[in-house]
Amino acid sequence: MVKKGLKRERRTNTILTVIFAIIAVIYLMPIFLVLINSFKENSFVNLETFKLPTAQSFTGWANYEKGMTFGNYPFLKSVFYSFFITIVSTALILLCTSMAAWYIARVGSRFSKMVYYLCVFSMVVPFQMVMFTLAKTSDTLHLNTPWTIPVIYLGFGAGLAVFMFSGFVRSIPLEIEEAAAIDGCGPIRTFFSVVLPMLKPTLISTGVLEIMWVWNDYLLPYLVLDRQKYMTIPIHIQYLKGSYGHVDMGATMALIMVSIVPVIIFYLCCQKHIIKGVAAGAVKG
Amino acid sequence: MKKVLALILTLCMVFALCACGESKAPEQPAEAPTDAAADAPKTEGSVYYLNFKPEADAAWQELAKTYTEQTGVPVKVVTAASGEYDTTLTAEMDKSSAPTLFQCGNQGAINTWGDYCLDLKDTDVYKEMTTDSFNLKGENGEVLSIGYCYEAFGIIVNTELLEKAGHSLDEIKNFDSLKAVADDIHARAGELGFDAFSSSGLDSSSSWRFSGHLANMPLFYEFRDDGVTEQPATIKGTYLDNFKKVWDLYTTDSAVTGSDLLTATGDMSSAEFKEGKAVFYQNGSWEYAGLVEAGMDPAKLAMIPIYCGVEGEEQAGLCCGTENCWAVNNEASEADIKATLDFMKWVVTSEEGTTMLAEQFGPCPFKNAKTPENVFFAQANEYTANGNYVVTWAFNYTPAVNDWRAAVVDALGQYTGGTGDWSAVQTAFVEGWATQYNNEQAAK
Amino acid sequence: MKKAKKQRDSSALNSKLIRRPIQRCFWLFLLPTFAAFCIGFLYPFCKGLFLSFCKFKTTSKWQWVGFDNYVKALSDQSFIHSFLYTALFAVTTLIVVNVIAFAVAYVLTRGIKGSNIFRTVFFMPNLIGGIVLGYIWSMIFDGILCRYGTSILLEAKYGFWGLVILLCWQQIGYMMIIYIAGLQSIPEDMLEAAKIDGASSWQTLWKVTIPNLMPSITICTFLTLTNGFKLYDQNLALTGGRPFLQMADGSVVKTTEMMALNIVNSFYASGGGNRGVGQAKAVLFFVLVAFISIMQLRSTRNKEVQQ
Repeated sequence: MVKKGLKRERRTNTILTVIFAIIAVIYLMPIFLVLINSFKENSFVNLETFKLPTAQSFTGWANYEKGMTFGNYPFLKSVFYSFFITIVSTALILLCTSMAAWYIARVGSRFSKMVYYLCVFSMVVPFQMVMFTLAKTSDTLHLNTPWTIPVIYLGFGAGLAVFMFSGFVRSIPLEIEEAAAIDGCGPIRTFFSVVLPMLKPTLISTGVLEIMWVWNDYLLPYLVLDRQKYMTIPIHIQYLKGSYGHVDMGATMALIMVSIVPVIIFYLCCQKHIIKGVAAGAVKG
Repeated sequence: MKKVLALILTLCMVFALCACGESKAPEQPAEAPTDAAADAPKTEGSVYYLNFKPEADAAWQELAKTYTEQTGVPVKVVTAASGEYDTTLTAEMDKSSAPTLFQCGNQGAINTWGDYCLDLKDTDVYKEMTTDSFNLKGENGEVLSIGYCYEAFGIIVNTELLEKAGHSLDEIKNFDSLKAVADDIHARAGELGFDAFSSSGLDSSSSWRFSGHLANMPLFYEFRDDGVTEQPATIKGTYLDNFKKVWDLYTTDSAVTGSDLLTATGDMSSAEFKEGKAVFYQNGSWEYAGLVEAGMDPAKLAMIPIYCGVEGEEQAGLCCGTENCWAVNNEASEADIKATLDFMKWVVTSEEGTTMLAEQFGPCPFKNAKTPENVFFAQANEYTANGNYVVTWAFNYTPAVNDWRAAVVDALGQYTGGTGDWSAVQTAFVEGWATQYNNEQAAK
Repeated sequence: MKKAKKQRDSSALNSKLIRRPIQRCFWLFLLPTFAAFCIGFLYPFCKGLFLSFCKFKTTSKWQWVGFDNYVKALSDQSFIHSFLYTALFAVTTLIVVNVIAFAVAYVLTRGIKGSNIFRTVFFMPNLIGGIVLGYIWSMIFDGILCRYGTSILLEAKYGFWGLVILLCWQQIGYMMIIYIAGLQSIPEDMLEAAKIDGASSWQTLWKVTIPNLMPSITICTFLTLTNGFKLYDQNLALTGGRPFLQMADGSVVKTTEMMALNIVNSFYASGGGNRGVGQAKAVLFFVLVAFISIMQLRSTRNKEVQQ
């Protein structure tokens, strides 16, 4: 009886594995499409989107070369700014918002509660609602360079991060911090040597969200940055489009691939942490 | 409850702060000139050009560099990404260093940005112009923006294929003869290996060829009949049947028909033409460089007028006009305005500037302009020389042009895809015009 | 019981040991974030709120018009339509995404072969940006629908389900991970006990698993709901609001236009002469979504099991 049940279970499991494998293939399809089309000549991208490159349509690395040498703005500079902005912004967001969240959770003052609610509110505001005023504000305050744009990211991205962190901080037992305080730790040391290590899973899950957001963001840097001097990869990709709607699809696909690859590498390198982190952070939130 | 109350209170406070902090703003325009005058002696002035053609970005950057090397005046060129010009202009105009030179290419843009446009009437660059017909004017006749190049559109023909099919350009004199030739080619498409028209895709990269350029035909003839010389509040759609005739022809005598057209792109259409799969391709002079680059022989290319069955159209020429118009920001400081005007003059008179304009933009209405190599312009001039009338760009009057076109494109798409009928196109065209005109007036 | 817990919490919070020293370091802990928050969100947002009562082209040149913009926004048929459409969409995706994500998570925690690979793969779409996504998917839908002689731009229902599919593809992975974590944190003995008591697996699911999963459900529903309401890039890339419904007076109702897109469109409507209407719509939109998401948070939080 038990054996039979086990057998049945094993069979359903096999069926499920097969079904999931099929779904997984469908899931990877779009990324695969970008990859194969990045090796096709422009005119074939539209006509034979779903076919593998043939001898006739295959162009090797030409699209990549074209995409990277396009225009007179050096592509490597865009790559550098993209990396710089993403890394600095994410680091800044994680550091500042985790501190703020700890403050909010531990100091239950009216002001800190108000900040918390404002942060939650800010999560439901679409960027388009504040884009013109934000562009104006950042210009007035001269925040229009890659070195200063992380401040804007911190401001606009604070909502989600504070929301996630403060949820987690609340679940940390107070006793630990009290013990640290009794041992003579000031709040700064308590935070960095006691609280921050415990926040690791949330740091990862929030970090992933912020990295994805900043790396792929187009409109905010487009409106805020001084584009003659500074571009990011998404902005660079957009410039492949001509004013009458002509797009060099091959080169666009190639650049999209270039912009996805670092993210995928990053993801595969630390996927274990990411998945654990996302899970731990979210549930406690 | 307390939390909510506190929140509302704080919001109110910040709100009030915003209002106070900014309440000076409306007075600023009035003050600006005097401020600028005071500042003028100490600053040299600089140029900030907001360009809207990504494909011309490199050329402009190069030219700006040359100018700075020669004169020491800094010129900054920023290009708006495709389809983002409105967003970019709105954001940039607000900044402390706003563009001093920008694009204002049609009536709608003048309605919105006219307040920011300097009257260019007495400027040096205006005096260099050979014609006034591409310039856009304000209500009191002030020159708000000047067309710095002009373009021509019509039906581009691959004459080699046309002859292969046993026809010649001389046969095509009006809509009926065009249709006869196209029908014949389409009927024998299988045996010939090519079709009559390249695909008339309605994807946003292609739909402007029809909602803008093809729609110009009924608008032009209606305005000509009624003697319209300024933006009309309503239109009648007298020649909409002609519009329908051409559209039906495009979408019947072609390899791509029906609902496939809804998402067909401009690149597909031009690829079909370049690869010799279609004889006719409705587009403009700006396509020339791309066609030659793709290996087409300039001698085998011709551009003919868009015939749509209007009486006397045998005498029609190509559609000439422009949306490339410069406007100078009147809120910039006096020094910047002067620097900008000097830069403009240099562009249209210097060797480097005129060469670049001819290469990138084709013919320009300036005294020193160079003649471009583009054969389509030679043909446009030939039509005019033979006494044919020029079809002007009547669609520059379109109110709220993006909204109006979007509605027309969608109605055309539903008609072509088989889920809608022609009356919706008519409504979008005629009633849509009135609605958009009223919206625009109300927003003024 | 809840009250008692609250009291204990607040007494703990009052602990001088913790609270005071932190409060003294306000400038270090809260100020940087708060200042940036003011620059990056609060000030632009309030300015936007203020501008919703004005007529403006650029944000520094405005003219006070009072509630005029709100009247216009509310009398705009397309805005009302986009609200109803967005609400329908958000609720649909809320249900579809969460049910599927839960089902997938449930299956994957049963230890089928390759669970780890599937997890990795399903999470992948989160790595790609919105515009690119919309673009790739519109190619795919075109490829499929072309064969049946129709297009996503012709029938509102294709546009709707197309967007649902796209959003599912993008979000199921993330939600799945959250559910997996939730499922794994349910104590094993609780499930054993249910089995010994003779509960069917269906009963166990409803009576034990789901109530214990409420925290995960809260966070997932909140995220899917707000994402559904805020959707913009994908909407623009996939349908752009088409097909339109042509009204007799020449105006159009864009049948698949969602609220964020409607707001952005009205920034540029009438040639951009009056962006105030768009701003007013944005404020209305914000109030609505804030209200709905708070209601949702409240209702699911209440169902959470107190531990």
